[in-house]
Amino acid sequence: MSRLAVPKTYKLYVGGKFIRSESGRVYEVATTKGSFSVSSVNAAKASRKDARDAVVAARAAVSGWSGTTGYNRGQVLYRIAEILDGRRAQFAEEIAAFEGVSVSTATAQVDEAIDLWVWYAGWADKYVQVAGNGNAVSGPFFNLSVPEPTGVVAVIAPQGAGVPGSLLGFVRAVAPVLVSGNTAVVIPSERAPLAALSLGEVFATSDVPAGVVNILSGSPAEIAPWLAAHADVNALDLLGAGELEWVDLQIAAADTLKRVLPPEQGPDAGAPSLDRITFFTETKTVWHTKGLL
Amino acid sequence: MNFLDYAPAPESAAILNLRDEYGLFINGEFVPGNGESFTTISPATEKHIATVSCANEQDVDTAVVAARRAYEKTWSRMSGADRGKYLFRIARLVQERARELAVAESLDNGKPIKESRDVDIPLVAAWFFYYAGWADKLEYAGMGPNPRSLGVAAQVIPWNFPLLMLAWKIAPALAAGNTVVLKPAETTPLTALLFAEILQQADLPAGVVNIVTGAGSTGSALVNHADVNKVAFTGSTAVGRQIARSTAGTSKKLTLELGGKGANIVFDDAPIDQAVEGIVNGIFFNQGQVCCAGSRLLVQESIHDDVVERLKARLSTLRVGDPLDKNTDVGAINSASQLGRMRELSDIGEQEGSERWSPACNLPSEGFWFPPTIFTNVSTSHRIARDEIFGPVLSVLTFRTPAEAIAKANNTPYGLSAGIWTDKGSRILAVADKLRAGVVWANTFNKFDPASPFGGYKESGYGREGGKQGMHAYLAPTASKGVNR
Repeated sequence: MSRLAVPKTYKLYVGGKFIRSESGRVYEVATTKGSFSVSSVNAAKASRKDARDAVVAARAAVSGWSGTTGYNRGQVLYRIAEILDGRRAQFAEEIAAFEGVSVSTATAQVDEAIDLWVWYAGWADKYVQVAGNGNAVSGPFFNLSVPEPTGVVAVIAPQGAGVPGSLLGFVRAVAPVLVSGNTAVVIPSERAPLAALSLGEVFATSDVPAGVVNILSGSPAEIAPWLAAHADVNALDLLGAGELEWVDLQIAAADTLKRVLPPEQGPDAGAPSLDRITFFTETKTVWHTKGLL
Repeated sequence: MNFLDYAPAPESAAILNLRDEYGLFINGEFVPGNGESFTTISPATEKHIATVSCANEQDVDTAVVAARRAYEKTWSRMSGADRGKYLFRIARLVQERARELAVAESLDNGKPIKESRDVDIPLVAAWFFYYAGWADKLEYAGMGPNPRSLGVAAQVIPWNFPLLMLAWKIAPALAAGNTVVLKPAETTPLTALLFAEILQQADLPAGVVNIVTGAGSTGSALVNHADVNKVAFTGSTAVGRQIARSTAGTSKKLTLELGGKGANIVFDDAPIDQAVEGIVNGIFFNQGQVCCAGSRLLVQESIHDDVVERLKARLSTLRVGDPLDKNTDVGAINSASQLGRMRELSDIGEQEGSERWSPACNLPSEGFWFPPTIFTNVSTSHRIARDEIFGPVLSVLTFRTPAEAIAKANNTPYGLSAGIWTDKGSRILAVADKLRAGVVWANTFNKFDPASPFGGYKESGYGREGGKQGMHAYLAPTASKGVNR
């Protein structure tokens, strides 16, 4: 007789803790293919209060995470790649079963996600040099412009299973936000949230400080409006919001003048770019007086 | 009259050759508008200067069509080098006509001639000169190879630096290869219309720049026009929010320069006399009608009394009066409605328990005037410490530690500017790192330069004007995937 499996409870990841929704709600996520241990699991379904709690956790984490050196942040992001690499098989199995793709397709997605962490990790100590500049002004001043993280970013990760896939889509959305020192509240794919929720375990064991990434599985249509209107959220990435009423989200975000990235569709949605890093930064220009000799 | 009094030294307005009426500047020509014409007055005397056309929706459409045609047929096809040459021409014409523009600006806006002459107009020329050089060097702007222009830019500017804000908007837009429809503020259209004459003198191709005068409804028609690709707005946070809402869901690229409540932080080791000059410059420059004004003075508790005493002594020497007089330090408030807001908020400041002080000064009986004012005993919850007054009103707060100064400075939904006064270099760097503001001045204040990016954090808006970052606001990468800054 085969061994009876011990399936995992898929919970939210908020403030560094794996928690059930305060609402007590779950929703069923069924396998579509493959040989997963069970045919369906219950993912936590986040509520409005969970979203607000996540923003509190994300805000509390801003000063520590944005205060680390680029070198340090780069190493933490690289460690995410290391830990994820060690768990390729688990993620491939989850993706194959819940996205209905072959294990080799799922593995390719995991590998691309790992490599993307490596690529973004390398930007952490460089984006300031590339996006900042010294300014030769007409006067006795030393004048420097540097990009800084904007703060708390709410992210709606790509929703569709398939290309780029639930894990890669999540990483494409979240990694560039973290590079500069922002913290994130992320709504992963509603239909295939498990890879993102498991990635929370990778964050938890990769020296990513608590609250830097917060993951709210559930209904984006239900939670996103609260994040878009939340006064303590600085920016909104609508990358995966194409099928939602995203214009309404952008209008809600206008009340607090959030920086908003519009949805993208297709396999190139959220393709790696420096612009995804710099969009979530603010340029600060400091004028230093030069004294007389 | 004692020996310290200066004899009046007014700049003559005779240098101006103004028309009685100005039309809209569309497709290279002045044309009458279909809206109801309005008058622009001198805020120092309330006297009529000129009658100005008002653009209605139909006029705005005509202007956008002209800009689109000029974009498709001329400007986007012209070499960057030639675009640059036009901008260099404009810079030179501004320099040549600087005196005339300065007088017109002070007449229409109420700002002292020494500011329009020595700050506004020289910066206008500098802005065109700086961006002229970018026009044929776009591949170095950090947007990848062959960045492309966006199309027609809709630009709406405020009344506090009328011609300078025009330059901040038009120079980078044209350098990048866009065409422009610009709406000046209702109370200060004069220098924009003189600028239109400069464009004619420069032989700028028709339709590349169109200027539509009018009030809020003209601006609204412009930013909501379906055929504009870029919206740039400088003004109040309230209107900025409306524009962000109304452009939501469109592909219009948006930059917003909005309000501020800048903190000017003075540490106990600061050079006090220099700091006092900086405080005065921070809040009384342009009658405090500056979005990045240092309207909150955060002074370390141990030196509070000394700083306030020296500040009062310095304020007593400020000359308030005729904007055209070369010795005037503080001119007229731009409009009756702005004056009303200053009076209202200052009264609230008193009611909430702050102590109000102004030097003795004889304000003219005609026109809009507000004396330089200091509030002491202000707490962070007072409205004069939270709301943008946009006038010559300084709220003085205290702090004990650098951490408290930073917390208080950042305790605002705005994030445009801040000042730091200390002799300790390492403290400047540490404090500047922690301030959530787009522009930080260390041992100086209210300095501007075309090479220096300017713009806010949080509810002070987004996007930058000035420098390389200022080019990004008017360009898109060639391989257009997603959005760029």
